[in-house]
Amino acid sequence: MARDNVMGTPVKRREDLRFLKGKGRYTDDMNRPGQTYAYILRSWSAHATLNNVDTAAASAAPGVVRVFTGKDIEEAGLGSVPCGWQITDKHGEPMKEPGHPILAIGKVRHVGDPIAVVVAETYQQARDAAEMIDVDMTDLPAVVDMRTAETCGNNVHDEATDNVCFDWELGDAAATDAAFANAAHVTTLEFVNNRLVANPMEPRCAIGDYDENDGQHTLYTTSQNPHVIRLLMGAFVLSIPEHKLRVYAPDVGGGFGAKIFHYAEEAFVTWAAAQIRRPVKWTSDRSEAFISDAHGRDHVTKAELALDAEGKFLGLRADTYANMGAYLSTFAPAVPTWLHGTLLAGQYATPAVHCRVRAMFTNTVPVDAYRGAGRPEATYLLERIINKAAQEMGMDQTELRRKNFIRTFPYNTPVALEYDTGDYDATLDSVMKIADYEGFAARKAESASRGKLRGIGLSCYVEACGIAPSSLVGALGARAGLYEAATIRVNPTGSVSVMTGSHSHGQGHETTFAQVVSDALGIPEDQIEIIHGDTDKIPFGMGTYGSRSLAVGGSAIVKAVDKVVAKGKKIAAHLLEAAESDIVFEDGQYKVAGTDRAKAFAEVSLAAYVPHNYPIEEIEPGLEETAFYDPKNFTYPAGSYLCEVEVCPETGKVEVVAFHASDDFGNVVNPMIVEGQVHGGLAQGIGQAMLENAAYDEHGQLVAGSYMDYAMPLAGDLPSFNVVTEEGTPCTHNPLGVKGCGEAGAIGSPPALVNAVVNALADHGIDHIDMPLTPLRVWTAIQNASVRQAAE
Amino acid sequence: MATISMTVNGKQMTGEAQGNTLLVEFLRTELKLTGTHVGCDTSQCGACVVHVNGESVKSCSVFASACDGGSVSTIEGMANDDGTLGVIQNAFQEEHGLQCGFCTPGMVMSIAELLKVNAQPTEGEIREWLKGNICRCTGYHNIVKAAQSAAATLSGAAQAAE
Repeated sequence: MARDNVMGTPVKRREDLRFLKGKGRYTDDMNRPGQTYAYILRSWSAHATLNNVDTAAASAAPGVVRVFTGKDIEEAGLGSVPCGWQITDKHGEPMKEPGHPILAIGKVRHVGDPIAVVVAETYQQARDAAEMIDVDMTDLPAVVDMRTAETCGNNVHDEATDNVCFDWELGDAAATDAAFANAAHVTTLEFVNNRLVANPMEPRCAIGDYDENDGQHTLYTTSQNPHVIRLLMGAFVLSIPEHKLRVYAPDVGGGFGAKIFHYAEEAFVTWAAAQIRRPVKWTSDRSEAFISDAHGRDHVTKAELALDAEGKFLGLRADTYANMGAYLSTFAPAVPTWLHGTLLAGQYATPAVHCRVRAMFTNTVPVDAYRGAGRPEATYLLERIINKAAQEMGMDQTELRRKNFIRTFPYNTPVALEYDTGDYDATLDSVMKIADYEGFAARKAESASRGKLRGIGLSCYVEACGIAPSSLVGALGARAGLYEAATIRVNPTGSVSVMTGSHSHGQGHETTFAQVVSDALGIPEDQIEIIHGDTDKIPFGMGTYGSRSLAVGGSAIVKAVDKVVAKGKKIAAHLLEAAESDIVFEDGQYKVAGTDRAKAFAEVSLAAYVPHNYPIEEIEPGLEETAFYDPKNFTYPAGSYLCEVEVCPETGKVEVVAFHASDDFGNVVNPMIVEGQVHGGLAQGIGQAMLENAAYDEHGQLVAGSYMDYAMPLAGDLPSFNVVTEEGTPCTHNPLGVKGCGEAGAIGSPPALVNAVVNALADHGIDHIDMPLTPLRVWTAIQNASVRQAAE
Repeated sequence: MATISMTVNGKQMTGEAQGNTLLVEFLRTELKLTGTHVGCDTSQCGACVVHVNGESVKSCSVFASACDGGSVSTIEGMANDDGTLGVIQNAFQEEHGLQCGFCTPGMVMSIAELLKVNAQPTEGEIREWLKGNICRCTGYHNIVKAAQSAAATLSGAAQAAE
């Protein structure tokens, strides 16, 4: 059967059918017979001793099955919610790793810390009963500001009296100091990378179930990585052996990292279901999500760039406070260290780089990976300080970067990575063209005629994703491998079931992975089914995040396909009475090379399962192969973004009038899906840059605690985007040559926007404004600048 | 507890609801129509948008009892009788206007009303109309394209019918 060339084709998504018809299977859509409902009573204090929790009245309330507190967790001897990555500090000591009980024991450490859970027949009854719980707490001063946390005299955890989880460094301090000593110009920038809430539109949900007949536990959960949850929860929290624990994540409505981590609620419902012998369902509401989903970003940094007189970068220094929040979430220590420090070369041949990171405990929600995870923080640092340097030295922002681009690959950076390939001039050339960079002056004048200040801001990013080589991350403190798994099960009549350890939560794997298999096996896509999300069905995979699914998951699929084809050749050779070495596999046919004698894929598949005419002495029947793929390196997508803004000087309002993106993702399987990923990333990056802020007050109250106060990007806040995906430089070390694209938009865009606004306001003497660039902040900066300028 | 009846997607349906049962809970739990979603608790997000008596409404902000005897349209009723995608749904698939799918039912229902009141909306009018529907995945770019595509199809069909 003829098929189109499916690689690089914008094939429409098959999963759309169920989503568009309202037939998606999200976790909250599922219900188990006899299920009970859990409502979590959460701390309203940021920091307090938990003296007593009186649940007597609540336990007697209508419909209540049982009320649980930290006492029950302690008596049951359950483990802490674990951290999956151990960082070693600059003295060679392991990080401080305090416990994280499923329900608070002795102390509450952030607004949202769970105190008690009511399990009842209905959600309303559980919620009503929770109001009858009497909590006796004594407030303690809240640790909120990272910069004073070391010396404020209050500690979040007894193990860390200075609230420092670890003090880490990377790079050559001596070489960097020498570079600064010899510099013609030093640019300094102190800035904030603002705390964000991921806010996938589907709130988290978890259903625990227990079958007492066979002792089998089941957790249905909104997770990006069900096997990881099964391992962490089974081994470290609940002591349930993996063969007795199934974790099933059905359709997941967005994740952006927030659904990677193993959360207390997952362990709670799994454990509680076995305690009460009935399913327990917990669904987060949105206000609850704000105080219980892991937050993102939250760095305070002082950065310095040393340049020679011509603008060549000699050295970069960064000193960062990174917020861990009240407890260590699953990947948290890795984000400001190995995913941030190692990206501080950027696209540039800076010879000396040094980075220090102090990770701090505070009385806030735990912070962990959020789309980009460390790379947006690194890119923001570089792209802002470079523009500041350009402003100070009177150089064009594109020219200063071109003076410093890396142009020889592979390239070993001073911060531990080896970039395999890239072409940074190509993406910069491309974005300048599509943005009509040369025509900016005319547009600026036209905006001025309407009373608007127009600015154009560049950001050139390179990122490291497609995580990751297992032994490398192991050496860096990861407590897991980062390979991926795939089983290709060829069915007797020639259709193919693909079990993948990746787990789509919007990325369209059911379509793109089918494209990959269709291209590799030469069979139509409608003969291929992609199965994901259920640990009962799929070999151990690490899940979807870090832009890894095509690069790592797709490579596992290719490896498994290779094994299928190799076995198929043996079968075909037998059927065709030819030597195995004479068999080639092309377009779904096993052919005797140089002849037109062939067997179709389906014929060979049938022979494998009905092995009558079959080389049974040499090979087994069946045609099913599994591969685990461990990547050789990270992949390195890169690109250039140009943002154009109009600033209203009277109100400080920033309008994004255009956003241009040129990305190199290596090979591309489905350009439609790739562009969609970039659009979504740009929206989140623009949201960070000018709208979103998970703001805390000095008492540790989250003042942006719902959609009324946390400014999610809306359709009216954003322009349509101008996105091109270059032919690019294919990844040199995976079979598909793909680099991944899921996070790039969120990584590259925030500095482009801030650079554009600063560019618009440069004549006002403004060289920095911290994100988010709300009208108030922009207006205030303009006012302060005009006061300063008047005084001069 | 009271018995509530309404016409949902053209079919008479009945269920139990308390005085404070929201329409979205009634649809999801009593009537087992889980296509309408709950994405927030402050009525900003729009994942719950349905039509009640012909107008788009956030079903998280209206009681089921207030719809007793009324007519409700949900995402489950937007496909054609033969099960193929309706015009707006088809435009979403063609333009890749959805990724995780969670906001999608609300988006489709919102756009369905937009195109009834404004058959040829500009990009600005579409973006303004969708301010009550939050999407975290798509950046809205392709949702706007889907709305424009659906508008063109519907007005083309309307012209053909004339």
